[in-house]
Amino acid sequence: MSLELRDLSVDIAGRRIVTGIGFTVPDGTFTGLLGPNGSGKSTILKAIYRVHRPASGQVLLDDRDLLALRPRDAARRIAVVAQEFTLEFDFTVAELVMIGRTPHKRAFDRDDDADRAITEQAIERVGCQHLAHRGFNTLSGGEKQRVLIAQALAQGADHLILDEPTSHLDIRYQVEILELVAGLDVTILAAIHDLSLAALFCDTVHLLADGQLITGGPPGQVLTAAAVRAAYGTEVLIVAHPETGTPHLIPRRTRRPDQPGPQSPPAPSPPDATGHYPPDATGHYPPDATGH
Amino acid sequence: MTVAGSVRDSSTVLSRRLPLPIVLLACTALLLVSMVLGIAIGSVPLSPQAVLRVIADHLAGHPRDSVADAIVWEIRLPRVLLAALVGATLATAGTVVQVLVRNALADPFLLGVSSGASVGATAVLLFGAFASLGAWAVSAGSVLGALGAMGAVFLVSRQERALSPTQLILCGVVLSALFESVTSFLIFRGNPQATQAVLFWLLGSFGLATWPQLPIPAIVLAASMAYLLAQARSLNALALGAGPAAALGVDLHRLRRDLFIATSLMAGVAVAVSGVIGFVGLVVPHIVRLMVGSEHRRVLPVGMLFGASFMVLGDLLARVIVAPQEMPIGVITAFIGAPLLIVLIRRRPYLYGAAG
Repeated sequence: MSLELRDLSVDIAGRRIVTGIGFTVPDGTFTGLLGPNGSGKSTILKAIYRVHRPASGQVLLDDRDLLALRPRDAARRIAVVAQEFTLEFDFTVAELVMIGRTPHKRAFDRDDDADRAITEQAIERVGCQHLAHRGFNTLSGGEKQRVLIAQALAQGADHLILDEPTSHLDIRYQVEILELVAGLDVTILAAIHDLSLAALFCDTVHLLADGQLITGGPPGQVLTAAAVRAAYGTEVLIVAHPETGTPHLIPRRTRRPDQPGPQSPPAPSPPDATGHYPPDATGHYPPDATGH
Repeated sequence: MTVAGSVRDSSTVLSRRLPLPIVLLACTALLLVSMVLGIAIGSVPLSPQAVLRVIADHLAGHPRDSVADAIVWEIRLPRVLLAALVGATLATAGTVVQVLVRNALADPFLLGVSSGASVGATAVLLFGAFASLGAWAVSAGSVLGALGAMGAVFLVSRQERALSPTQLILCGVVLSALFESVTSFLIFRGNPQATQAVLFWLLGSFGLATWPQLPIPAIVLAASMAYLLAQARSLNALALGAGPAAALGVDLHRLRRDLFIATSLMAGVAVAVSGVIGFVGLVVPHIVRLMVGSEHRRVLPVGMLFGASFMVLGDLLARVIVAPQEMPIGVITAFIGAPLLIVLIRRRPYLYGAAG
C-alpha cells in the first residue's frame, strides 16, 4: 500500500517541466522532495493533486490509477497543505477548517454533528482553539500554516502533501510545523526548501535537478557534498547533526573572507577611537560599516 | 467528556455568527418593507394599507376597479418586482464573479456581458434591428449582444482547455473596451434623437417595467441560485485559490466553466430588462460579506435578499429625489454604494488581503 509515481512527465504551456519521475512513498513514511528553485518539486506535487495534467506516466495509489478517480474521491485520500497565502475574502479559522470537509459532502448537505466534531478536533490537534473565530488573514505565518494543517486533517485523508510548508517561516515555526506533521498518523510527501531541515525529519528524500530525479534514499546517503554540487551547483560542507547524526549542511563562501578577490573592495579600515569608521581613499564610507 | 457534550460545545465553539435563519428573516422583512414603501411612495401617495389591500384583492381573485388598483397593480408593483429581481440577480452574479476571478474589484459586467448587450441594444434603438419583435426588440438585441460577448470572452480566455482567472479579467476588460467603442461608433452614426434613448438605456431604468418582463429574469435567477447553492461548498474551496480547490476535490475546469455561464446569463438578463446598472454587483457582495462572513451558504441567500432591497430602495430614491423627473438608477446606486463601501473597507482592512 503506497503512493507511487511511474515515469511521470509534466508540460506547462508547451514546455517540459519534469521528465520521467518515478519513486514510491511507502505508507506511514515521511518522504521529502528536494531540489533547487525551479527544479520541478511543486510541479510534481501539483500533478498528483490535479492542478497539472501529466503529459505521460502514472500516479498510483494502492496500485490504482489515482487520476482516474473522481476528484472528490481522490481528495478523500490525499490532502494538501500549500505555502501560506492570503485570502481575497477572509474566512474565520473555524469556517476555513470546515471547508476541509468539502470532499465528504454532497450538494445541499448541511454540516452535521460529525463534521463539527471533526473540525473541532482538527483545530485542537494543531493547538489553535484560541484562534477559532479570528479571520485567517489576521494570523501570523506560523498560525496560518497550523490552520491549513487543521483543514487538511478535517479532510480526513491518509496522505498529506506539503508544498514548501515552512519556506516563509522563522526557525521556531519551521521546526514546530514539521514536528506537528511528523507526529500525525499519515503518509507524508513534502517539498522542502531547507536540506538540513529535511534531513532532520524525512525518512527518505529524493533530489531533483532540472526536472529530473538525480538520487533518492535515506537523507544520510543522499545528501552528500557531491550531490548538492550536482543539483545546486554550489559547495557545502556536510557535518553530522550532534544529536541525530543526520546530515547538516554548512554553506561555504565562494571566496574566503581573508582572501579578497580581485573584484572586491579593499577591506574597511578599523573603527577609530570613537567607534566611527573613517572614509576610504575616495571619501566614501563603507556601506556595511555605518555602525548599525 | 461525552460525545454529546463535545458536540454541544462545538456548535458554540465553531460559530459565533448570528444564526442564518435569523439573518434571512431580517433580510426578508427588510425586502418586504422596502417593496411596500416602493409601491406606496410616488407622485400619487398611497398608504401601506391601501397597497396591501390592492395586492390582497388581486391574490384573492377579485380586483376592484379603482385608481389605486391601477397604480399599484399595473405600474408600481411590476416596477418594484423587476427592481428586486434585478438587484438580487446582480448581487448574486457579482458575488460569483468575484470568486471566479478571485478579485474583490470584479463586478458582473467585468466579463464583457454588459458592453456586448449595449452593442445589441444600441443597434436596435438606433437602426431598428429586430423591428418585427416590437416591444421585445431591445431585449432581444441586448440578449444576443450579451451572448455574443460571453462566447467571445469564453473562447479568447481559454488556455489549454481551462479558464484562468487572469485571462478572464484581461480578456473581459479588453473585449469590453472593444464593444464599448462599437457602441460609440453606432451612436456616432445614428441620428441624434435616437441617441437620447440609447443614453437613457445605458444608464439603466425600471421605468418601463411590465408584468410580461418578469418571468424570464425570475426563472434565470431561480435556476442560477439553485445551481449556486448546490455548489456553495465548491465556491468556498474556489475562494481559497485553484490549488487548494483542486486539493479539496473540486473539478476546477467544470466549475469555472459553469460559473462563467451562470454569471454571464444573470448579467445578460439583468442588462436586457433594465440597462446597465453599476455598483450593485460590486458593492452588495462586499456589504454582505462584512455582515455575515465569506461562507457562500450564507453570502448567496443573504446577498440575494439584500441586493433586492438595495435596488428597490435605490429605485424609490431615483423616482422621488428630483420628482416629477426620474434620476437614472445607476447614478443613485453609485452615490450610495461608493461611500458605503469605502467606509466599510476602512473599518475592516484585513478582509481585503491588506494583511500582507
